[in-house]
Amino acid sequence: MQQWFSTRNFTEIKDLIIAYSSLTIIYDPWLVLKQNPAAGSAFEWIRAKIEQSFADPYVVDDREGSFYRIPVCYNSEFGVDLEAVSEFTKRSVTEIIGIHQSKIYRVYMLGFLPGFAYLGKLDASLYMPRKEIPVGVTAGSVGIASNQTGIYPLTSPGGWQIIGRTPVNLFDATVSPPAKFQTGDHIQFYQITKEEFERT
Amino acid sequence: MSLTIVKAGIFDTVQDLGRPGYGNWGINPGGVMDRYAAQLSNILVGNDPGEVVIEMHYPGPQILFDQNALLSITGADFTPVINDQPVSLWQPILVRKNTLLQFTQWKQGARCYLAIHGGLTIKKWLDSYSTNMKAGMGGWMGRRLEKGDEINFGQSSIYYAGLLKKERDLQPLGWKAAYAKVYDQPNEILFMPGPEWDQLHNISKNDIEHEAFSIHSLSDRMGYFLKGIPITSTVKSEMLSAGVSFGTIQLLPNGQLVILMADHQTTGGYPRLGNIVSAHLPKLAQLRPGDEVKFTRTDISTAEKLLYSHQQELNIIQRACRCNLNRLIC
Repeated sequence: MQQWFSTRNFTEIKDLIIAYSSLTIIYDPWLVLKQNPAAGSAFEWIRAKIEQSFADPYVVDDREGSFYRIPVCYNSEFGVDLEAVSEFTKRSVTEIIGIHQSKIYRVYMLGFLPGFAYLGKLDASLYMPRKEIPVGVTAGSVGIASNQTGIYPLTSPGGWQIIGRTPVNLFDATVSPPAKFQTGDHIQFYQITKEEFERT
Repeated sequence: MSLTIVKAGIFDTVQDLGRPGYGNWGINPGGVMDRYAAQLSNILVGNDPGEVVIEMHYPGPQILFDQNALLSITGADFTPVINDQPVSLWQPILVRKNTLLQFTQWKQGARCYLAIHGGLTIKKWLDSYSTNMKAGMGGWMGRRLEKGDEINFGQSSIYYAGLLKKERDLQPLGWKAAYAKVYDQPNEILFMPGPEWDQLHNISKNDIEHEAFSIHSLSDRMGYFLKGIPITSTVKSEMLSAGVSFGTIQLLPNGQLVILMADHQTTGGYPRLGNIVSAHLPKLAQLRPGDEVKFTRTDISTAEKLLYSHQQELNIIQRACRCNLNRLIC
């Protein structure tokens, strides 16, 4: 559906935000009426377009996306919540690291921060809820929360449980596109040592 | 041609109407909190409504104009004073070079806007002048304004020296914008129910529409945290993250509400109970911690009509200002 809208380049539509199981359409009601005076109601104009997008026999370009192998140092210095996760999940730190690396994750959506990709699905054995109160998280930190995993591209307050850090830059504002990942990409993590982390 | 920040205010940033369209990269649109005041500020000095402005909070900055300028101040009233002379808001003012603008007393509102004819000479990031504090990009070097910052502004076609009387440092031009209608009944805020509204217990729906909520001290450009009667939902499980926007009312796990404001993130994992109608966002943006909010539910037709009436006001004022400015130049 996002592709249906974005390929048609409606100037009335300001943003299309894709999420796990929803699409949010941000539109300018004044512009809708100005450019479509017969419409009567801007909302009805958008609703009609949405209904049309469902009805159209449009073939989705189901792109596989890119595949990335992301190095992560899972030591206690970077993975500040590893002990807490171990206690909650009743798994050893070694097991946690092994399980986290074993899956190929899909990028479902970006949001929360520039370049922040929501990756899923995390193995159920590593399920742990978010922290009640967010704390400061360093850029590059790899976190988990419920059935998701992800990497903080920027230093920011955050509520996910932090299990390691990557030296890879996930958001570079000086290039285009500035975000490394996009919806549909696939990610797999692999372990590196602190020395290797520092060398990168 | 430039202005210098002689003393930094508590939080001043360069903004415009934001950079929508980059949600795919997780980049939030940002932009001014009070879109009505910001657009009017530009219109009064003959700029495009979406031109760059400086958004200021109280205590405000001290700004030295190193060159003649045509400026206007709109939004909150922090008692603007130019070279010790109090000046009016919502009015274009010519100032002579080497005049100092400062704000001496909070009177009303939360943030005010300074627009200068010709705009500021700043590079855009992703099509916008707005400051993205998280990414450290856009606006003035991706940060708030600090003492010593010198920002250039555009060359003007208006011959100022001829309009400023010899012995005067400033000259208000002879017209003011009518704005009162937009900020009328400042605590009465209209909203439309959101995707998760029907998950609420009926008593909570009733509470939202009849109880008053107050704005928590921790509120800022990202969101207004509200204090009030706890709101409860019939759904206990966590929600999948979904799109949100400026004005989305979310329900937090502790039963309190938050209204997402200009620096909101693009997605959120809390239930979206409703959305403030766009036409009421300017007056909401002028409420401060401690102020009360009373929600009233409305429908799409009312919301659209209100927005159009504001837009029409802006268009009318813009035509009038253009006429007046052209007459001055000729």
